[in-house]
Amino acid sequence: MPLILSLDTISEHNRDLVGNKAFALSRMDVHGMHVPDAICVSTQAYHRFTEVTGLRAHILMELKRKRFEDMRWEELWDTALRIRNHFLHAEIPREISAEMADHLQASFSEKPVCVRSSAPEEDAAGRSFAGLHESFVNITGVDSILKHIKLVWASLWSDAALLYRQELHLDAEQSSMAVIVQEMISGECSGVIFGSNPSNPSEAVIESVYGLNQGLVDGTVEPDRWILDRSTGTIRSRFSPERKKILAPSESGALLTALPSKLKDMPPLDDKRVKEVFHLAKKAEGLFGMPQDVEWTIREETLYVLQSRAITTLLNGQDDDTRPWYLSLRRSYENLKELSQRVEQKLIPSMLENAETMAEQDLSVLSDTALHDEIRGRAETARKWINTYRTDFIPLAHGIRLFGQMYNDIMNPSAPYEFMDLLANTEMKSLDRNRMLRHMAEQAASNPQFAADLKKGIIHDKEFRAMLDDYLKKFGDIYSDITHNTADKQSIIQTVLGMASQPLAEQKNRAHDSDQLEQGFFSHFTPDKRKFAEELLTLARTSYRLRDDDNIYLGKIKGQLFRAIEEMRARNRKDVQNNSGQDVPAEALEILEEQKGLKKTEDQSGLSVASGVQARQIVGQPSGPGISRGKARVIHDASDLHSLKAGEILVCDAIDPSMTFVVPLSAGIVERRGGMLIHGAIIAREYGLPCVTGVPDATQLIHTGDTVTVDGYLGLVIIDKG
Amino acid sequence: MNEKDQLFEQIKNLLLSQKLAVLSTQNKAKPYASLVAFAETPDLTVLLFATTRSTRKFANLTASPHVALLVDSRTNDPADFSDAVAVTALGSAEEVKDSERAGSIDLYLGKHPYLKKFVTSPTCALLKITVKKYILVSRFQNVMELKMP
Repeated sequence: MPLILSLDTISEHNRDLVGNKAFALSRMDVHGMHVPDAICVSTQAYHRFTEVTGLRAHILMELKRKRFEDMRWEELWDTALRIRNHFLHAEIPREISAEMADHLQASFSEKPVCVRSSAPEEDAAGRSFAGLHESFVNITGVDSILKHIKLVWASLWSDAALLYRQELHLDAEQSSMAVIVQEMISGECSGVIFGSNPSNPSEAVIESVYGLNQGLVDGTVEPDRWILDRSTGTIRSRFSPERKKILAPSESGALLTALPSKLKDMPPLDDKRVKEVFHLAKKAEGLFGMPQDVEWTIREETLYVLQSRAITTLLNGQDDDTRPWYLSLRRSYENLKELSQRVEQKLIPSMLENAETMAEQDLSVLSDTALHDEIRGRAETARKWINTYRTDFIPLAHGIRLFGQMYNDIMNPSAPYEFMDLLANTEMKSLDRNRMLRHMAEQAASNPQFAADLKKGIIHDKEFRAMLDDYLKKFGDIYSDITHNTADKQSIIQTVLGMASQPLAEQKNRAHDSDQLEQGFFSHFTPDKRKFAEELLTLARTSYRLRDDDNIYLGKIKGQLFRAIEEMRARNRKDVQNNSGQDVPAEALEILEEQKGLKKTEDQSGLSVASGVQARQIVGQPSGPGISRGKARVIHDASDLHSLKAGEILVCDAIDPSMTFVVPLSAGIVERRGGMLIHGAIIAREYGLPCVTGVPDATQLIHTGDTVTVDGYLGLVIIDKG
Repeated sequence: MNEKDQLFEQIKNLLLSQKLAVLSTQNKAKPYASLVAFAETPDLTVLLFATTRSTRKFANLTASPHVALLVDSRTNDPADFSDAVAVTALGSAEEVKDSERAGSIDLYLGKHPYLKKFVTSPTCALLKITVKKYILVSRFQNVMELKMP
């Protein structure tokens, strides 16, 4: 079977070999539409490559390590990253690469090309899955094309594809990927037409931008939009955005620049062109027998079809389908840059100001009615920030993934998470908090009389008192967040005393390693690209820091709400005799309940020792290297955190930054929630503690007192009964 | 289905799907492994196998009844690392008593009808392992234990 096919040799009988996108291009080519010159790397090349290099076995092991239903999105992303790294490291065997290189050289030589996915499972009639696999624009030279072919192959197992594995019928042993290598047509304007508007079948929709289509597809450039009558092509309405930017080909792929001012007031298409694009979609629909989603570009008056597929129906799933939201977290670099500015310069300062204003308010002077109103106001504020957390903070925090992928593409490291070591030593609020606690604990440990007084709540030392006040001001309200109670000096003192009597893990100084990696990273950029590299790293650090800090900030806001609720409850307790208590407003209770829901896990008695079932070794993800052994302390409720003793293994469902103050006491972390980039993993790495995340049913299979070995190298938890 | 029933089913399915197992015996700290044809009771408390009395495994069992028996579903393919399942049964072996022999032979030959001549030979012993614990390994490294009553 051939490794490479030209468009004119593609027909119905070899459709499986080339995938649906390539098949569609060949049909349009045969029927006289303007299709850029292209060749197709067949699925046979994918099969031979994965077979000869042993990648097939690697993929199988990665995919079947855990049950899919036990993997959350973050773990799918991690799996996809590891598979991608396997592909980047596997050399294409000479007998395959030589044949491919000959064809590529003969067809394109040094001409820039696009490298596009064409999976047989994708875009099949009635099933169209836009954006699950990767495509690359403006790639030049045989070596670079071959590297990008590997990346397109790897994207058969992208996180997005894994999310939609059932719809795609993804099968570790059967699935394959063909690749289209297409001459790059750098049009003056480009766009997409939906032959049938997904939200109104009587319409067609055209979207268009100046420059490359990629700007439209990844959301960096806002397009002009026309709504047409689907049967006649008459324009029903048009929308023009403020045209500011253009994505144009550049040395490194594509570059976003300011749109020349003379184009700002002119839509990319005039009415005649709109008609022409509409007819193109109609022709494609006639060829394939159903409405098409067509990407096109116009260069020197010629309208080219870049690809055509059945209209995507996938993203209009059930209301409770969260997958589209996960996909929306993938942002472009440009988008993240803007987001980062908004978050750092506007949102966080405004959030802190909100928290501070609330903290300064003396609730005791409010009348019962005023307090009731205040709680409602605070619930509204909290809800607003919870929403911002979801719409802005989480996408920015996920920017770390884009950096990780870019870092791996540039550096090709053997460990797929090397970028996390580069980002170590980024300052985070939780580390600042832990240092303050450690400082107070050390003071208490060094003076037994001082500690004894402290136990009684007596503090003579002015400096210590100032330190405690400072701590309360900075983190007291977060503390209340985890105990669902008012900021309580005494409970913080208890924590300090607990820490004073036990050895604590110290934050590892990883500055040296991080500096070296940083130098290595910068050395891969030419001097004129240095500024870009620095910006990229700054964005990555912001994203890394925000992963942890945003929870602390949100904790401050929620803490102030809980403080007001507690004030009302305290009054109600007093008033219980005369029965004049007020109900806590429902919207506030809702937030309180969500918080409890996050923090409490059920102990499952079905798995008691008496049942005869015992987990002996559980596979999770290796999230912090190292090995340790100790007694398990299983956290079912936030209050269990205070029972943790030095040297114990912290076993929890999900740890967030408001809980990580106990981490320096522990000898290792086991977490049910999975992912390499989650709070538990980040904090464990900062303290050099072995950590395994993504351990299914961790808090049910492990019991407090069990002797547990945490193998942070391989991601294993081994359990001996206590 | 609760966790215990699921685990039991998984183990049972594997035992039902396989005919051969690796039997580990030992004598004076010298371990020995051999391939045997086994059969299981429906409640999985007992595993049966047969051996002639002149074998090394029989001699070992006479000296020490403690055994481990490994049953697995590998197919000698890379997919084994993700798809194969292995069960180790720990227990002690003894010769089936005369009072139980007829029933045990029926059970054994139900699974291995072609071994009739072998198992009914005067030189052959039918042994039963009373299982104390099963250890199931799946997905390469997940390990669950099931204690038998």
